[in-house]
Amino acid sequence: MSLAKRIIPCLDVDQGRVVKGVQFVDIRDAGDPVEVARRYDDEGADEITFLDITASHEGRDTIVHVVEQVASQVFIPLTVGGGIREVADVRRMLNAGADKVAINTAAVFNPEFVREASERFGSQCIVVAVDAKRVSAEGEPLRWEIFTHGGRKPTGIDAIEWSQKMVEYGAGEILLTSMDRDGTKQGFNLPLNKAVSEAVSVPLIASGGVGNLQHLADGVLKGGADAVLAASIFHFAEYTVGEAKAFMAEQGIEVRL
Amino acid sequence: MSTVAVIDYGMGNLRSVSKALEHVAPDLNVVVTDDADTIRGAERIVFPGVGAMRDCMAELERHNLSELVKEVATDRPFLGICLGMQLLLDRSEENEGTAGLGILPGEVKQFPNPLIDADDANGERLKIPHMGWNQVAQQIDHPMWSEIADQSRFYFVHSYYAEPKTPDEIAASSRYGFDFTCALYRDNIFATQFHPEKSQHAGLQLLKNFTQWNGRS
Repeated sequence: MSLAKRIIPCLDVDQGRVVKGVQFVDIRDAGDPVEVARRYDDEGADEITFLDITASHEGRDTIVHVVEQVASQVFIPLTVGGGIREVADVRRMLNAGADKVAINTAAVFNPEFVREASERFGSQCIVVAVDAKRVSAEGEPLRWEIFTHGGRKPTGIDAIEWSQKMVEYGAGEILLTSMDRDGTKQGFNLPLNKAVSEAVSVPLIASGGVGNLQHLADGVLKGGADAVLAASIFHFAEYTVGEAKAFMAEQGIEVRL
Repeated sequence: MSTVAVIDYGMGNLRSVSKALEHVAPDLNVVVTDDADTIRGAERIVFPGVGAMRDCMAELERHNLSELVKEVATDRPFLGICLGMQLLLDRSEENEGTAGLGILPGEVKQFPNPLIDADDANGERLKIPHMGWNQVAQQIDHPMWSEIADQSRFYFVHSYYAEPKTPDEIAASSRYGFDFTCALYRDNIFATQFHPEKSQHAGLQLLKNFTQWNGRS
């Protein structure tokens, strides 16, 4: 008996609506984040992450209402990422009912923001999202760097050193996305996950590339992840969270059933 | 209408606790407040808390709530959650040593870092904070455990843990590298390190039990 590895479905939300078409037959409105969150909660999700991809500044207030509604009906931890740029953004999300916020680009441009936010609200609610991409050539020792703008802009910052620095600055958790794998359905980047997990003292959430249940299990067994995050395999109802947990349990992974 | 007061001293997200209470007990009047009269007038008290111990104590003082918490912790059903449990003890190792409210005898200690998993053949290092769903081993029969299976999983997030002075006050323990106390009780007080408001069915049941508890163990 010990701590369970977590499965975290991620919802991309644009102006208050879930995108990437969920196709649950028994859900009335697949674009309604509240309905989708409730479904994942019923299936046994250990946490839910909302990624606000709203491009316009004006549209961003909608995520606050989404979080408020979900938090009054779903009683598991909720994380909100996307557009968290200042302390006021963190406060607004926590007050709406989020338990954690994920800080991404803003951490790269202003690392002190992570320190400020964790000192103000506690490390337990500060997740730093690290988007990493391999920069080493074939045959060279593996090396990954931080990229911003959806993986388009290199920063020259080493992903492992950056993750360690973010923990020093107060990150309570690292959400690591492999930009090489994101959207490919080829599985997590296991060497990257393993390297970061061993380098930091805080829990690691692996993200990017999940296409089947074995990928989720491998993230824990081979990638050293404490939690695994996936979007599309759950969105398109290819697998339920419950199926994912049963599969992981069969592989000897401790999960909450 | 029966009132439960969720004590608001500016530390963290109290919306989840109040929404969860409203969810399990729609007839209950749930108020999130720092008003002394409202707190004194409530039948039940929830004492939450997140963040650092020193900040929590400072905010309690700033809101003139320390003495009031001690007062209402003597005579009615009282539920401490997370830091709201740790604050009940005498002192904490956090922030180079911080005095607590001293309502229950004991200390708050930091998980060692590195924390080595004694149950793992390879001596795997465990991550800090202890974050996620862990099993809770009930140590006593108590009305607060009603309808909750022993070893149910609850959601934790913490880097410090309670070490009560006597085992008489341990309501539950959990294991993370070693066994630690994750729920305390005495008379009308029950307190948990885990977050019932974030622990789905088991957590909601615990909150429901609290709304029905007469304050006697």
